[in-house]
Amino acid sequence: MKPVFTRTATLKDCPTHYCAGCGHGIAHRLIAEAIDELDIRGRTIGIAPVGCAVLAYNYLDVDMIEVAHGRAPAVATGMKRTNPDKIIFSYQGDGDLAAIGTGEIIHAAHRGEQITVIFINNAVFGMTGGQMAPTTVLGQVTATTPQGRKPVGEGYPLQVSELLAILPGAIYVERCSVHNPAQVRKAKKAIKHAFELQLNGAQGLSLVEVLSPCPVYWRMTPVKAMEWIKKEMTKVFPLGRLKG
Amino acid sequence: MCGNEALAEAAIIAGLDAYFGYPITPQNEISAYMSKRMPEEGRVFLQSESELAAINMVFGASATGKRTMTTSSSPGISLMQEGISYLAGAELPAVVVNVMRGGPGLGNIAPSQGDYFQATRGGGHGDYRTIVFGPSSVQELVDCMPLAFDLADQYRMTVVVLADGILGQMMEPIVFERKPRRKLPPKDWALTGAKGREQNIVRSLWLGDRVLEEHNYKLQAKYEQVQKNEVLCEQYEVETAEIVVVAYGVAARMVRAAVDRAREQGIKVGWIRPITLWPFPTEQISKAADEFRIFLTVEMSNGQMVEDIKLAAAGKTPVLFFGRPGGGIPSVDEILERIRQLTIPAKR
Repeated sequence: MKPVFTRTATLKDCPTHYCAGCGHGIAHRLIAEAIDELDIRGRTIGIAPVGCAVLAYNYLDVDMIEVAHGRAPAVATGMKRTNPDKIIFSYQGDGDLAAIGTGEIIHAAHRGEQITVIFINNAVFGMTGGQMAPTTVLGQVTATTPQGRKPVGEGYPLQVSELLAILPGAIYVERCSVHNPAQVRKAKKAIKHAFELQLNGAQGLSLVEVLSPCPVYWRMTPVKAMEWIKKEMTKVFPLGRLKG
Repeated sequence: MCGNEALAEAAIIAGLDAYFGYPITPQNEISAYMSKRMPEEGRVFLQSESELAAINMVFGASATGKRTMTTSSSPGISLMQEGISYLAGAELPAVVVNVMRGGPGLGNIAPSQGDYFQATRGGGHGDYRTIVFGPSSVQELVDCMPLAFDLADQYRMTVVVLADGILGQMMEPIVFERKPRRKLPPKDWALTGAKGREQNIVRSLWLGDRVLEEHNYKLQAKYEQVQKNEVLCEQYEVETAEIVVVAYGVAARMVRAAVDRAREQGIKVGWIRPITLWPFPTEQISKAADEFRIFLTVEMSNGQMVEDIKLAAAGKTPVLFFGRPGGGIPSVDEILERIRQLTIPAKR
């Protein structure tokens, strides 16, 4: 029998440490597929964030580095400037990119660094126990917003992709989701496109935001979490191409 | 050429591939110089958005096997400590120049030696060391740059060049020596794209039972090698001296002049000048420690290196201190006066 769906080469064959229903596994696979389809494994360097995906190098079989919280775009800058022939990507969560790393991502985009950023937005700090993130939606209960996030005092959810899209140095910004197979396919297309832009020497930063479930800290079943992305998250974080 | 420009050129001669920095006084001549010279050489210059970003750009470039450095002054170096700790954990080579100014806080822009503790104790979080040079002339500043890059690559460590506002701004005649380099190990750990090989991972996270403990022992073994092999120290008339003045950096220049004048007045005094502040010349100080002697440490701070002198002297020799913090510079007259005031313990 001819297999119709197999593991892609750059995704390692190993048990996962991610929780049931977590979106990181899907996002990892999409990146691995894009790398394999573009045949760039031998010239790609990945940057893992601080957060649950710090161990991304356990799954993605490319040269990888682990960096301080939020600093990936600066590290990527150092790599790309000294290795313009390499394909550099960072993989960052919303705590990493939208809280502690806002300075680094804004200035990397501002300078038009030729790097690719995969931004996983699950609306909480996952690894530290589900605290409020800048992207936490209003009313969302987290470990540090027990009454639900209130706009006064805790602020509105931060729409980083919209912020970045206004910068001339950001040439491609798209928000995707992994809440159903159709969206997963769109996310794959976006991620591949972002890599392609870099591969073709496009003059600027490409970023794909991926809305991703965290059932454990959303206190939901995996299925409910997928539904919540569609019903609640996409209201605050509308899907689609913001730029490019 | 001022010290800042001279060290920049020395770094370029030493094979610097990429320079990242953020403006701060009194070291701005470095980035101005680099912004002109690095592109001329076809190499990378980038003004970062912060010192945090600068050290992380260094982190990234270093991870791909490039020779890279950043420079700053005290408050900026504080911001870089996170990155320096990660460099230590990930065992990446880097050179960091600190043209020290007065602190704490924003302090002032006058020369200082107030960052000795920060430089020689690691500076960031965790159990680690950095190699620290304390040059006392522009020539020595220039000479230590190629060595700094070699040591960084050899031991996969951060090397800190601890200068100060005087050295950075001062002009002195210099010679750029192109001495033969050390034989260095290949950077087979570098991230170059896993073409035809297994993936390389650069990391500082070590989970699992005792895994980080073992990693720390490995780092410690490396630091012990550095302590054994890389100490640099200069001394003058110590054997016949009743008073030994210890100083580093530009403070040692004032000490040298004061000691010469004291000797003209018949006082039996010599000096020791640590060139590497870590590894510290503990053995040399310890050898000189003698119950019939007095150590006088002179610093442009309220007393930091003096603690290392006390540790090395181990109670055998009284250790006194004279220093001026916050941009104060101990003058030759002041040092001479302190030397003259010392009472020497009973003769042998």
